[in-house]
Amino acid sequence: MMLPIIFVMPLIQLLILVQAATFEMKHIRMHLIDLDRSSTSRELISKFQGSPFYEITNFSFSEKEGEEDLKKSNADIIFQIPKNFEKDLKTNKKAKVQLVINAINSAAAGVINAYTISIISDYNRQIIYEWNNAPLNFQASSINVNYSYWFNPELNYTNFMVPGILVLLVTLIGALLSGMNIVREKEIGTIEQINVTPIKKYQFIIGKLLPFWFIALFELGFGLTIGKLLFNIPIVGSLWLLFGFAAVYLIVVLSIGLLISTINNTQQQSMFVTFFFMIVFILLSGLFTPVESMPDWAQKVDIINPVAYFIKVMRMILLKGSGFYDIRKEFISISIYALVILSFAVWRYRKTA
Amino acid sequence: MLYALSPVQIIEVKNLFKKFGSFTANDDLTFDVKQGEIFGFLGANGAGKTTAIKILCGLSKPTSGEVKVAGFDVYTQTENIKKNIGYMSQKFSLYEDLTVTENIRFYAGIYGISRKEIKERTNILVEKLHLESVKDTLIKSLPLGWKQKLAFSVAIFHEPKIVFLDEPTSGVDPITRRQFWEMIYEAANNDMTVFVTTHYLDEAEYCNRVSIMVDGRIDALDSPKNLKEKYNAENMNEVFLKLARK
Repeated sequence: MMLPIIFVMPLIQLLILVQAATFEMKHIRMHLIDLDRSSTSRELISKFQGSPFYEITNFSFSEKEGEEDLKKSNADIIFQIPKNFEKDLKTNKKAKVQLVINAINSAAAGVINAYTISIISDYNRQIIYEWNNAPLNFQASSINVNYSYWFNPELNYTNFMVPGILVLLVTLIGALLSGMNIVREKEIGTIEQINVTPIKKYQFIIGKLLPFWFIALFELGFGLTIGKLLFNIPIVGSLWLLFGFAAVYLIVVLSIGLLISTINNTQQQSMFVTFFFMIVFILLSGLFTPVESMPDWAQKVDIINPVAYFIKVMRMILLKGSGFYDIRKEFISISIYALVILSFAVWRYRKTA
Repeated sequence: MLYALSPVQIIEVKNLFKKFGSFTANDDLTFDVKQGEIFGFLGANGAGKTTAIKILCGLSKPTSGEVKVAGFDVYTQTENIKKNIGYMSQKFSLYEDLTVTENIRFYAGIYGISRKEIKERTNILVEKLHLESVKDTLIKSLPLGWKQKLAFSVAIFHEPKIVFLDEPTSGVDPITRRQFWEMIYEAANNDMTVFVTTHYLDEAEYCNRVSIMVDGRIDALDSPKNLKEKYNAENMNEVFLKLARK
């Protein structure tokens, strides 16, 4: 019963989460209101038609109809070109367009906004050149920002998400298995038989930890294989280094689980406490939102967040090919963490009934 | 039954108190158990037997009083005590998802018995308990009587000085109970001290000495024969009823 849970669950999670947990926007549905109907406005519209990200699902000549579409969720964005757009542009050298974006999902709205503005300003630059008869390499007195994305050049979200989700899977499996374990023995009474033996506390904790450690490491290998085969994620750095870090990281996670398990008396309590810590750790880990954009206090909490360390290191090794020297700080931190929390778990385990 | 009490006191308890808040589970217990004897620890449910046995096994600490088991102090030397005792709890507590031989190997391993010796003695034990056909079966599928006999055998596998049995025969059929007591006698003949709690008063007759607990206190402590004379009773059941009604 436990075996399928341990292996099928992460497989399905990996398949589903990676597809779902993405900020990549495709098929942005646009409601178009072109009140100008000039050649300039049509040319601007054609830029959107040519983009793979946009789909012009409807057009009309009234703002009302556009808003209706937005309310019914038939459109993500209303793009309105006012009357006299071309004329204003030519005579006043200035014209306005209006964007109305559905911001229920604020992250998605931000992305749509950025995409749309970049298409408009591209077109803007183009007409400056054309109307001034300037050559295309003409340096207008505007700042030309040049983007290039390193280590993940296509801004591929799968490459970004898979390493993080792998961390999540290994962490959840490890923390839950260990968090439920000792407390389960308390419930069924077998712990009492162990506690009357002269077994040493460290022997008991290590005996509890090792099986889960192997399972979790195996799970990581399993997940990486799936990631490589199904999503073709890059593995630039050394797998030895990755597993070396994972081995230490798992001691931290499993010790936290065992610690929770020694403190609580029922599996229910233990599960709630484990989930509490896991959710805090995961939300602050930088899996979905970059740690750098979190408030100061959250970044400080991340000093004791093992998940944040592993996600960072996982991405560094897999995507960037970082070596031991690059991750030495994280390695030292996680090693100290492992030592402290493991000792604490051993200390907290009581051989009393 | 004729026997000579060994002069060695393997368990010494003086003025033992155990309190849980305002509730006194063990109220001023004083008794000794001598090496090699079968000591019956009787009392109704809730009389404080299990509380006392847990203290003697080093699983819980007394509130006050002096307790020594196998020469070691229960406040400071619990791990030494644990090396010298075996324990079978009221609730069956071997690993149900391990087989018969795996359970034996696991517990014997904790006491540091060599692999070779474990293997040899496991074979002898399995044969003695007539468990050959189920030795590789998960324990959860065995009947209760077999489980109890196995639990006892595992508790004494490392040949401890004292074995504590907390209601070992509750819920077991009369034939198995009889066999169980034969195993207890065999252990006692090998100079093992047996400390057994029960609420079956016919079983009290099998003990060398019994103590009877009522509401956390020991109200009587002597051999079954002397107790019956003292309380002018036919059997231990009558002794117990007379004490409980006091």
